[in-house]
Amino acid sequence: MSPVKPLEGIRVVDLCVVWAGPFATMLMGDLGAEIIKPENPFVFQPMTRGAMARPPEFVLRAATAWGGGYPGNVPGDHPWNYNPTFVSLYRNKKSFTVDLRRPEGMDILRRLVAVSDVVYENNATGTMEKLGITYEWLKEANPGIIYVRVPAYGNTGPYRTARALGVHLEAVMGHSLLRGYDDADASMNTAIFSGDYLAGAQGAFAVMTALWHRQRTGHGQLIEIGQAENASAMFTQAIMDYTLNGRVQEAIGNRDAFGNFPCGVYPAKSPGTSASMEDHWVAIHVESDEQWQAMVRVLGSPAWALDPRFATNGGRAAHFRELDAHIAAWTAEREDYDVMHALQQAGVAAAPVLEASRMFDDPHLRSRGFLRSQRVENGNSYEFVGPLWKFPDTPVEFYQGPVAFGEHNDYVYREVLKVGDDELSALRAGGHIATEFDPSVP
Amino acid sequence: MQALDNVTVLDLTHHVAGPYATRLMADFGADVIKVERPGGDVARRLGPFQGDEPHIEKSGLFLSLNNNKRSVVLDLRTAPGREALAALARKADLVVENFSPGTLDRLGVGWEFFQEHNARASLVSVSNFGSTGPYRDYRLTELVLYGFAGEMYSMGMTDREPTKMAGTAALFESGAAVAPALMAALMASARNGKGQHVDVSLAETHFGGVDRRHATAIAYQFSGRKTLRAAGAGGGMPQGIYPCADGYVDFTNAGLRPDRVDDMLGSPEWAQDPRYTDPQLRLQPDVLEEWNANFLMWCLERTKREVWTEARRAKVMCGPLFTMQDLFKDEHFRGRGFWTKVGHPVMGEIEIPGRPFIMQEGGWALRRPAPLLGQHTEEVLREAGLSTETIAAVLAAGVAR
Repeated sequence: MSPVKPLEGIRVVDLCVVWAGPFATMLMGDLGAEIIKPENPFVFQPMTRGAMARPPEFVLRAATAWGGGYPGNVPGDHPWNYNPTFVSLYRNKKSFTVDLRRPEGMDILRRLVAVSDVVYENNATGTMEKLGITYEWLKEANPGIIYVRVPAYGNTGPYRTARALGVHLEAVMGHSLLRGYDDADASMNTAIFSGDYLAGAQGAFAVMTALWHRQRTGHGQLIEIGQAENASAMFTQAIMDYTLNGRVQEAIGNRDAFGNFPCGVYPAKSPGTSASMEDHWVAIHVESDEQWQAMVRVLGSPAWALDPRFATNGGRAAHFRELDAHIAAWTAEREDYDVMHALQQAGVAAAPVLEASRMFDDPHLRSRGFLRSQRVENGNSYEFVGPLWKFPDTPVEFYQGPVAFGEHNDYVYREVLKVGDDELSALRAGGHIATEFDPSVP
Repeated sequence: MQALDNVTVLDLTHHVAGPYATRLMADFGADVIKVERPGGDVARRLGPFQGDEPHIEKSGLFLSLNNNKRSVVLDLRTAPGREALAALARKADLVVENFSPGTLDRLGVGWEFFQEHNARASLVSVSNFGSTGPYRDYRLTELVLYGFAGEMYSMGMTDREPTKMAGTAALFESGAAVAPALMAALMASARNGKGQHVDVSLAETHFGGVDRRHATAIAYQFSGRKTLRAAGAGGGMPQGIYPCADGYVDFTNAGLRPDRVDDMLGSPEWAQDPRYTDPQLRLQPDVLEEWNANFLMWCLERTKREVWTEARRAKVMCGPLFTMQDLFKDEHFRGRGFWTKVGHPVMGEIEIPGRPFIMQEGGWALRRPAPLLGQHTEEVLREAGLSTETIAAVLAAGVAR
């Protein structure tokens, strides 16, 4: 008998949007849970299956690659099945359609909840309530249900209705003033979404913790992951410096949080310019005097590197800009991967700052079989990034490619909910069951 | 009762990512036995320190990462140390370690050792690049992790170097990604009656998802498009970070709802130009520039809190750029009970963030402060049934080194 996957037999209703929620349910799907996403043919949630259901060309051109980079740069008949952000978060999940704004739609959801273990949502506070989805309502459908909510600032307090993406709540938790260049204005920062993944990973952890608890007690429960509060962990050093020493930390560029020098990103030999996204950079991080001596040897022990001012970390700290200029002159003559191997073989942490397309050529990722081919709706296969972990006995398999809108209508209505022919015809006539968004949706 | 209070975790991790993952289990009740080498976890030597005084019991980083755990000092190079580890393994439901690949095997306490003493427990090994492959023995730090495997390339200004995140944010993200693997390993071994040796590469936790790397990768596969490194401001109505009277406010993607933005601004005359609502014209650089000049003036007349109040009223996506002082004083988080106090025997009473999330039942509790080095060696080894003689030998070895 082959081993049972950690979450095999667990069914999760995915009422998620954008990133933080879908990342959590993706991890649960990877671990063997069945993830079912109800979707509405009459309502398009921006930033989940793309910016718009049918984005015009000028919108795609203005969008980032991860928002507007459709296959062959053509959105096609079903753009919602190809949005890069969506497809990267919706493997190992099932999709069916239902209009939750109507009572018969909510009845379908109620019946799905009755045969599920978990309901997961990360909408703005008030969205679920407006539909009539509350913990009480869910509990009535299924007393053992685990309901996870991921509001930006929590479901209580003055900020509970504040609209936010990860980048906004990270600003509030201090990240935007703590990151970026130390010599440029904070408005030069690029948007960041690290907290979405922190909350997503912890959401999967929270569900498993609650399932463990349910197995012991028989009790389901309500879990609230206030995403801003959750993100605070990433800024532990700044929080602790304030609470212990009253110090307000500021951005330190690419320098080491613990004060070791050198630590930075240096230019490497590049095939092209930054505007064409062909500029190469190499990250180098020395953490001790011994590592610095090893780096000096890799540099070929030039006179500048033997300067006694650089022999100690204190000296390197006092003259770090001069040190960085010397290192940059050396790296600029070399390929980023060559710098990595030379320094790493001497015991110094270094690696290229990889632009995403270059990961497909990396021999290490290849040797670990990290990249995985998956088929999308048009029948073509593409290479996707792999799972976060390797479990030898209960491997993470990509058994379902990025899910098409309504791909599992038959499975969910007939096999999961055992809906009869008459009811099914009525639902179909009412427009609940579809594989396309209603033409009225832009 | 806490959800995980029937779980014992044998924790051989150090530094940031591993201890953060096991702290999450400890927060929800697991008995996390933290095995430290003589001299202690390297995080004890990393700041910030109370009073800026480097001291193994005064690291704020170590405190944060190790609340709710117990500390046992074992010298695994000695026979009593390994004997003690075997006794702890027999009582554990899960073992976690983050040494360089091969280190535990060389000490004779690798996967076979744990299987021999407890076949039901999984071993989760967390390493820089994973237990196989050409970079297996390479070093990884916060900067190198984010640069190589994270989305650093596209962070910053086009004509300058890419920039990293604050502190060790990338390592915390990796730690959060390890946490579900710990629970999954625990659940799988409980269901199958058999442990497995799980391989986690910190690099792959970032390549595999953390902060849009998965999306930029498939976008390239789909379209050949890459992700430009560019500051966010000014590319929409509004878009990115703007200065205001007393700091900055972030309006990323707020321009997706022009109706709400107009409401936030109070529908001023300058904002009613029809070019601003035309879906194509509003993307043109000169039109964007004109609108943004007016919007900047609106921001500069208001404090970050005033801007956010208007944005919240009109349901516009926005976030003020808070300092740590702003955050500590903020009434929303105070009112929600986000902060808690921990009493530490050396550092005294310290205010820290509390629960990572709220469970209605069996949830987070602060049961004990981060342990002093070896504080629980004797207690834990006695519980594990070791003789007084062996415990004395373990203690001697721990002190001697």
